[in-house]
Amino acid sequence: MAKVLVVTSGKGGVGKTTTTAALGAALAQNGGNVVVVDFDVGLRNLDLVMGAERRVVFDLINVVQGVAKLPQALIRDKRLENLWLLPASQTRDKDALTDEGIGGVIAELRTKFDWIVCDSPAGIERGATLAMRYADEAVIVTNPEVSSVRDSDRIIGMLDSKTVRAEKGERVAKHILITRYDAMRAARGEMLTIEDILEILAIPLLGIIPESQDVLRASNVGSPVTLNNAASAPARAYFDAARRLMGEHIAMTVPVERKGLMDRLLGRRAA
Amino acid sequence: MSMNFLRLFSGRNASAPVARERLQILLAHERGLLGQADLVTTLREEILAVVSRHVVLDPDKVTVKLDRGKTVTTLEVDIQVPNGFERTNAATDKRLAYT
Repeated sequence: MAKVLVVTSGKGGVGKTTTTAALGAALAQNGGNVVVVDFDVGLRNLDLVMGAERRVVFDLINVVQGVAKLPQALIRDKRLENLWLLPASQTRDKDALTDEGIGGVIAELRTKFDWIVCDSPAGIERGATLAMRYADEAVIVTNPEVSSVRDSDRIIGMLDSKTVRAEKGERVAKHILITRYDAMRAARGEMLTIEDILEILAIPLLGIIPESQDVLRASNVGSPVTLNNAASAPARAYFDAARRLMGEHIAMTVPVERKGLMDRLLGRRAA
Repeated sequence: MSMNFLRLFSGRNASAPVARERLQILLAHERGLLGQADLVTTLREEILAVVSRHVVLDPDKVTVKLDRGKTVTTLEVDIQVPNGFERTNAATDKRLAYT
């Protein structure tokens, strides 16, 4: 049965788009039929992170408004044949999205895919509420930082009240994904620890993505980090998170960079 | 192991415990507030409905406030009722006033 997963956070810049791309690709690499959907109308970026920015012809709003059929707007990934992208519009604004319109598109996507991963815009306005509206599960992306944790708490409240599932008295399964985590800084007491965040938000942990230059490098070349460098620390963390979403039980670890001997001798930071 | 070792040096630079405490206090407050917003709206609507059965009211002149104190919370309801407020009279007065 198809699952609709929203990647959300409230705060901007915490890694929603990176996470959507990496988790979407990881779920596809595990054999699922996956579509990643960009809800950030007017400021789309998932196409860029996926490396499909020059192949966008039609977008989500064209489909909602009946200008294009869904198959015309779907872009197949060049590396994985079971990974697709539904881009957002760059020129329209978020008011062009309607609840019924999105409901129709999600219903059609449910017939074609195993996983529908919705990349939410930042904020708590229309784009963000519509991205979570039809979700079965939610990944709340949080940085170990006060403003991010506060905004996550707010988003958790919305998931419990403004989604279709909440209105029917059902539950949206919620997971915390901690990104940009630096174990050394947390140990030195400079950064909120995993335990602090989980205790404050009271939501189960899906994964811990370590701070890493591999994330930036992957977005620079337009490839999800799980495809660009599958052996890197963040990619391994995303693979574990994807398998937990698929229902597997995997021990929680923070993957670390593998430093080479020369790096160690020269005291170079792992790049 | 290295983590425990590092904790020895955490002392003065450790700002994370402050962050944690500030967040816990703030969120306890905000969760209360957000829950309250709905409660106040519901109370306001229901009080308005009950009183309107007997008295003609201007809905804009009804305020419902919930003040959360340290030990008790005060519910303040302020309803402005025009003179000659009995429903039938008031209704008739209004009709006369408009003609």
